[in-house]
Amino acid sequence: MTQAQALVAAGIRDLTDLGGVVLVFPLMLPITGLLLGLVLGGRYLGRFVLLLTLLGLGAALAIAAVVLVGGDALQYLLGGWSPPLGVGLRADGLSAVMLVTSALVMLAVALYAQRAFPITGDGSETRSSLVFWLLLLGVWGGLNTVFLGQDLFTLFVALELLTFSAVPLVALGGKPETLAAALRYLLFALLGSALYLLGAVLIYGTYGTLDIALLAERIAGADRWPPSLVAAIALMTVGLLAKTALFPLHLWLPPAHAGAPPAASAVLSALVVKASFFLVLRIWLDMMPGLLATAGVQILGAMGAGAILVGNLVALRQVRLKLLIAYSTLAQIGYLFLLFPLAAGAEALALTGGTLQVVSHACAKAAMFMAAGLIAAALGHDRIGELGGIARALPITVLAFGLAGLALLGLQPSGGYLVKTLLTSAADASGQWWWGLVMQAGGLLTAAYLFRVLGYALFGPRADEGRPPNLAIKRPGRVQELVALLLALCALLLGLLPPVAFDLTGVGRAGVDAGAAVSVAMAGAFDWGKLWGDLWPVLIVGLLVLCAVPWPGGRPAADADSVRVSSSVTGRAAAVVGLVFERVDAALRQWPVAGLSLLLLGLGLAGSLVGGA
Amino acid sequence: MSGTTLFGLGAAALVGLGLYGLICQPGALRKILAFNLMGSGIFLLFGVIAKRGGGALFAAGTGSDGDPVPQALVITGLVVAFAATAIAVALLVRLAETGGGTTLETDAQDAPAVPTDANLRGEREP
Amino acid sequence: MSVGLISDVVLILLVLSLAVWITIARTAYRAVVGFVAYGLLMTLLWVRLAALDVAMTEAALGSGLTGILLFAAAARLAPFEAAERARAPAPALRLLIGLLCTLVAAGLAAVVLWLPEPAPTLAPLVAEHLPPTGLRNPVTGVLLAHRAIDTLLESMVLLPALIGVWSVAADADWSGRPGSLPRPPASDALTLLARILPPFGVLVAIHLVWIGADEPGGKFQAAAVLAAMWVLVMMAGLQQPPAVVSRGWRGLLVVGASLFIAIGIAGIWLADAFLAYPKGLAKPLIIAIEVALTGSVAVALALLLSGPPTRAHRCEAGR
Repeated sequence: MTQAQALVAAGIRDLTDLGGVVLVFPLMLPITGLLLGLVLGGRYLGRFVLLLTLLGLGAALAIAAVVLVGGDALQYLLGGWSPPLGVGLRADGLSAVMLVTSALVMLAVALYAQRAFPITGDGSETRSSLVFWLLLLGVWGGLNTVFLGQDLFTLFVALELLTFSAVPLVALGGKPETLAAALRYLLFALLGSALYLLGAVLIYGTYGTLDIALLAERIAGADRWPPSLVAAIALMTVGLLAKTALFPLHLWLPPAHAGAPPAASAVLSALVVKASFFLVLRIWLDMMPGLLATAGVQILGAMGAGAILVGNLVALRQVRLKLLIAYSTLAQIGYLFLLFPLAAGAEALALTGGTLQVVSHACAKAAMFMAAGLIAAALGHDRIGELGGIARALPITVLAFGLAGLALLGLQPSGGYLVKTLLTSAADASGQWWWGLVMQAGGLLTAAYLFRVLGYALFGPRADEGRPPNLAIKRPGRVQELVALLLALCALLLGLLPPVAFDLTGVGRAGVDAGAAVSVAMAGAFDWGKLWGDLWPVLIVGLLVLCAVPWPGGRPAADADSVRVSSSVTGRAAAVVGLVFERVDAALRQWPVAGLSLLLLGLGLAGSLVGGA
Repeated sequence: MSGTTLFGLGAAALVGLGLYGLICQPGALRKILAFNLMGSGIFLLFGVIAKRGGGALFAAGTGSDGDPVPQALVITGLVVAFAATAIAVALLVRLAETGGGTTLETDAQDAPAVPTDANLRGEREP
Repeated sequence: MSVGLISDVVLILLVLSLAVWITIARTAYRAVVGFVAYGLLMTLLWVRLAALDVAMTEAALGSGLTGILLFAAAARLAPFEAAERARAPAPALRLLIGLLCTLVAAGLAAVVLWLPEPAPTLAPLVAEHLPPTGLRNPVTGVLLAHRAIDTLLESMVLLPALIGVWSVAADADWSGRPGSLPRPPASDALTLLARILPPFGVLVAIHLVWIGADEPGGKFQAAAVLAAMWVLVMMAGLQQPPAVVSRGWRGLLVVGASLFIAIGIAGIWLADAFLAYPKGLAKPLIIAIEVALTGSVAVALALLLSGPPTRAHRCEAGR
């Protein structure tokens, strides 16, 4: 053992001796930063937040190391009061993974945004920089509390902290569209949190506690579920789904994520929607594992499948790059919810796959929004049809976008590949092959929109033809480009981490050997046969899409549907399918219709749980 | 039937009404009102649960009765609901001032995508 | 049927009919009037439920401050209401949603009737663990000792909310003063009220904080009263709302939560846990936190009401 290793081991031992009190650090760091930052005001805010994110990443890694080495969840009782009277904190492997992921993305965003939200030379603060930096800390504080909290009401307050911080970020640009998007987001999220709170109230009325671990004991001990519990689970779940923007409750997501400044979009898409998903996971897997045996999981899975298909198809038809990425987020959220039906039969595989999806999507999507932001800043617009020439002007940015896209569609050795492989084997193991089919289709559609963007970026006609070159293009900062590239590489190379790192996922959870599952998945990943088998469908889709991209010298297509330009029969059929899905999506995004879906989903979930246990 | 149970049934009705208003009212301000209605129904239900869980424990000293935990949580919840209302109102008033209307039915995204450039420069209020 | 039950029936029917009124009223302004009355009746309901702490908070915050906020918004948004009505969902859709909402309410009502008997409660546990805090008001005990983290997070939640309210300002207006408070035409009556009432309000607030340790009352109620007084003074034009860039006011905003966190962290060494209080010092520390939080929360609530900063000259002109 080298000296450095010994030093690290000793450090972890010291931290382990401290016990659960280390969890207070990630809980309080962003919040204290917010308080200090408000008084400090504009001048050093960007640097200050950057420093905090560095500290936070260190703390998150330390906690992950302690959890992994200790092999058990860390617990802490706030104020020394034990539940049900007091409130506890707990970090199992899953929490640790989330803490690290969010700290990593926060650090990247803090680096990226140094240039976007600078401090003016005279030291007076500007509206956008104060609001952005402080609310970034608010989002982070909310996230960390969600990942560590063990009390349903504390989690409610944390979710509100998160929402109140995230919503103004959407409206930072101050245009009417973004204000409307923010208000939509806020009101729908408030509807969601009201339903969640109602569920928590019913739980308290039934069991007299809000502590997740205590509830798990008491629920498992009962021979049948009381009606109030069934109602509570349905209400809480549907409320959280509204905040996660799971299809068909996604009305707020595309305009909000596309309208926010790119640094904020990265955080919103990569992290914020995952917080409410994380709580669904806590409720369905930890608080009430019996739920996995009900028909409710099939409902969640079906919504996830709907999200994958609709999200990807509508993404393919977007005119603007940021909206395309937002719809891609919608689809990627869908993969997360496939976890529930699959966990019913193969928990280890499904949970590992789901967790990796969170991490991989967080890195890839943050990278994509960052790259899109740089492209939009350089061109002054983000219309996909007019991206021509951008690959030559911003090669690193376009590379980052492309690599992140490859990670999403699941090529070896990316996180996306692991997700697809693990979830597909979970589907096979539990005899639910149809979910595997959905994932295959989703991957190909992802390839289609990725190649569409890359096609225009690489080969598309230049919009400024005839004008002097580079007039419109403003160069982005080198740091910004590198941050996006590094995040994309994180997602792309996730599968190359040593298997022991993946073991973290299963800590604190019986029977989940994530490292072994990943080893099996990675074992044959680079066989020529396997590689080719995964690659050729993607290549065919890529070629088909590239054929539809107008070449330089051609008329810059008004775009909207590059597919329709294709003269083949299949091309037209695809265009019709796309159009139908676009209409369906537009109808579902009407506020009253989304409300109706919410009611139906809630009642359906309640119905599927009646008579369980 | 006791008064407490009656209040519980009333709370259920308030939640239903608030939910309906939040989904069906076209105006955003009316949606905000409906959210407050729904919230107060939820808090009332929590109050009913607190009352049900009460004994004569604190009746002597404080004039309060019932389980203090839900009561404390309701106080927290009221403050959070007020903060939510304040942000929503601020966004809404600003939206109306900038000419974005006060309903959430129109979708920014359905507006033609190309002219957004005109707004990109940030045409704020005059 | 006892007298108490009859009055309960009347009360809940009144509340429900006001709720229906709020939902169907033709204009938002009328709905807000209904909402304020509704809040006052809710206060009575909370008194009937023997939750005096909640009753006070509901009166001050749920009805009072929310009422001011919504009145101001309703007045500003009145010109848009005709356009809103045209966008109502189709009757069939409304009917369907109405039916489903009725179903949800009916299900909830059934669940309420089926809640377990005897009801689970933490009251005995709170009673058992109240003495170490030195407090006698159990609600304050829960808020500041047993579940202190919720109170800390909640006082934090006000800050992003406030920053969110400020964030809708135009960039050029950032150094201006908030200008969303309604400014009724100057009248002697209002000015007189704004001069006479605040000293009493401050006394009431101090009283509420002071007794909050032992009797119903506490920081949130006191803060709401203080905020209401300050808002009255600003509405009467006796004082301008502070600029959002003002460091001093920002300091006031954060002092409560900062003290709370500082004492909480000190607890790690002095009392073996974050947010724990050393033996014997619990009550004075809690009162110190309550006082500091009252100030911060009052400023936050009043500023939330005051809205985003507007162009400086507009405020000066209103003087």
